[in-house]
Amino acid sequence: MKRILSHSARRAVAPSLRTPRSLAVCVQRSYSTHAPNAKLNVPIDYSTTSLLAHEPQTALSSAELPPKVRDGTTRKMNLFQAINDALSTALGQDPSVLVFGEDVAFGGVFRCTMSLADTYGANRVFNTPLTEQGIMGFAIGAAAEGMRPVAEIQFADYVYPAFDQLVNEAAKYRYREGSCGRSAGGLTVRMPCGSVGHGALYHSQSPESLFTHIPGLRVIIPRSPLQAKGLLLSAIRSNDPCVFMEPKILYRAAVEQVPTSPYTLPLSKAEILREGKDVTVISYGQPLYMCMSAIEKVEEELGISVELIDLRTIYPWDKETVYASVRKTGRCLVVHEAMVNAGTGAEVAAAIQEDPDTFLRLEAPVARVAGWSIPTPLMFEKFNIPDVARIYDNIKKVLEY
Amino acid sequence: MTSLSTSSRLSQEPNANHVSFPGAVKSAFTHKLKYETSEDYPALPTYRVVDQQGVVVDESFEPDLTDAEVVKLYKDMVFISILDLIMFDAQRQGRLSFYMVSAGEEALSVGSASVLAPEDVIFCQYREQGVFKQRGFTTADFVNQLFANRKDPGKGRNMPVHYGSKELNIHTISSPLATQLPQASGAAYALKMQRLNDASLPPRVVAAYFGEGAASEGDFHAALNMAATRSCPVIFICRNNGYAISTPTLDQYRGDGIASRGIGYGIDTVRVDGNDFWAVREATKRARAMALENGGRPVLIEAMTYRVSHHSTSDDSFAYRARVEVEDWKRRDNPITRLRKWMEVRGIWDDAKEKTCREETRAEILRAFREAEAEKKPPIRAMFEDVYEELTPDLRNQMTQLREHLEKYPNEYDWSEYEDGKDSLKP
Repeated sequence: MKRILSHSARRAVAPSLRTPRSLAVCVQRSYSTHAPNAKLNVPIDYSTTSLLAHEPQTALSSAELPPKVRDGTTRKMNLFQAINDALSTALGQDPSVLVFGEDVAFGGVFRCTMSLADTYGANRVFNTPLTEQGIMGFAIGAAAEGMRPVAEIQFADYVYPAFDQLVNEAAKYRYREGSCGRSAGGLTVRMPCGSVGHGALYHSQSPESLFTHIPGLRVIIPRSPLQAKGLLLSAIRSNDPCVFMEPKILYRAAVEQVPTSPYTLPLSKAEILREGKDVTVISYGQPLYMCMSAIEKVEEELGISVELIDLRTIYPWDKETVYASVRKTGRCLVVHEAMVNAGTGAEVAAAIQEDPDTFLRLEAPVARVAGWSIPTPLMFEKFNIPDVARIYDNIKKVLEY
Repeated sequence: MTSLSTSSRLSQEPNANHVSFPGAVKSAFTHKLKYETSEDYPALPTYRVVDQQGVVVDESFEPDLTDAEVVKLYKDMVFISILDLIMFDAQRQGRLSFYMVSAGEEALSVGSASVLAPEDVIFCQYREQGVFKQRGFTTADFVNQLFANRKDPGKGRNMPVHYGSKELNIHTISSPLATQLPQASGAAYALKMQRLNDASLPPRVVAAYFGEGAASEGDFHAALNMAATRSCPVIFICRNNGYAISTPTLDQYRGDGIASRGIGYGIDTVRVDGNDFWAVREATKRARAMALENGGRPVLIEAMTYRVSHHSTSDDSFAYRARVEVEDWKRRDNPITRLRKWMEVRGIWDDAKEKTCREETRAEILRAFREAEAEKKPPIRAMFEDVYEELTPDLRNQMTQLREHLEKYPNEYDWSEYEDGKDSLKP
């Protein structure tokens, strides 16, 4: 039953992502749309947002890129193309890299593995039977024998059959082997995550906080094509097992200039996207675009400045960057799409109040703007995700406290 | 290999006798409606070389080992059975936290491991002590792990019997059942790919051991299906010993054991007498050759045996099975006795040798036991290490917190038995 439903739903999700959605044109749809008179909850315009590098020089100006890459060229890519570029780079550079999962051979249901099987051969890029626990166990075994498998779970919503392998095996392999020295460190698991407008219960989930409770795993969520390429290459080269979650709504929507040379971006390092002095907003993945829209409105209205931080790696996460920002601003909110209960926001808020220097500088309680504590219902998605209006309102509440 | 499935080019020929649906391309049409039942098929036979009296029943059988080699493997089996007795008692005396014996399954583990190449990779469940012994695990290696002392490669983190060895190419045992099976398929695929990339590497297989209870896990299904579809050189070796803790096989499955399932996955399968050292050895030898044919493929062996002992030191098996049933098995069909009879017929073993072998083995284990028990525990620092490749800032911080706590409450903890005491917690 699950598969019948999910396959029809997968078809429903994939084609809508095939053409970049012109969200400014409001057509009558039976699923999530925006209110006609909305001032805050207007569609994100990915073609103008300052979070994406629309010009080559913007992309190449990042201080995190090595000089050789900064002197190189860029190419316009969307998120799935950047993932594809990173996978192709990894396959080309290291014969121990393997790419597999359900339907990856023809290019993947989201096109992330396009042409890879043709280029690198069916031995290295291949379909597996439809078994998430099998995919994960197979990948762990290959990693423990020295390969660098990049396994795909078709939707993060379907990772649960593989949970035992991830939690009890991948995460604990190095620990239990001790001086025998084997590990599942070569393992990277990719999975599309997050809401997509009409994904309902099983094509919308963001289970990152379930992985952050597991010592031994690294959990990474990129926000853009440029970031996805650098972070994915870091994950593949990392000697710790990495869970790499890709916001599927950005696969086609987020387009930017991406350096053509290979490069990595640091894991467990947050990025300050916008400097500010009055309040800190911490987020990751797609909600960062909502945060940016909300911040621009608040700054314009109140003449204040907001600091925006992209966590990038959700665990082990960059506490020092967050602490330094909150010590400066004294006010903070954490924004994520996953349910608020025991989510990333709980961990970040607890850590902030636990650090004596940061606690003393707090001038308002740490706010969490997140999904309600419910599954993701089809017809109510717009009331569930942390949208611009909710972020905007919470920034004001934190400021007014 | 091609990335396009050949099934996409199939079509149904007019007036064909066979179905050419992509899902079953060789299925003949029938005009009789008949459901297949397992009763229509006899149980798969059990391959045997030597009978319970030690007499060779497979006329084609020629021992492929020298007499000295057979004696060595026999001694490995005896070693495991004596180690079991000593360690079971040690647990009962509270000197070990836990133990699991493998009585009745010594031929299965020693016999199968004895035909694998040293570079072949092994995944175990937990009742395969004979595999470790045959491949060269020393008496000290066993007892250091059991006592979780500073010489335990697992650094004192794992329960007893969760052995592992880098040198012997045996992955460290983990408690969750059947998780090692899809890993074995993936590891076998890795070995295959590594040889494709570097032809100078020797051909290698993976052997994966598991019980008939573990075969009910979803990971068993995933492992066999993935190994078959990816043509992985892996030998799945099932120890069907009749019980999963208290659960008899009647509550575990209703088909013809585990072997009948292999065929359903397209995997060549054999059932063998697990109490017959030679049958297990011959079957595994053939399986290894088959696993390496045509670029690699999986093979399934179901070895029938009987769990003579309790499941573990935390189990009293007489709560769910009759004592007489166990005594019957011990008396009538013991794998060690069966090989001993074969050796006696051949004239290479006798009562005197048996007595000396048992006395020497016992003395050796007890000596190592005392040494391992007296060793220090691993440094406390080891509890924070190897979670990640490098210690994270959080873990360094937590290590410092623990050290400060131990300094503040020095009388609440005994760290003297740990190597370097609390000083190992310095970041």
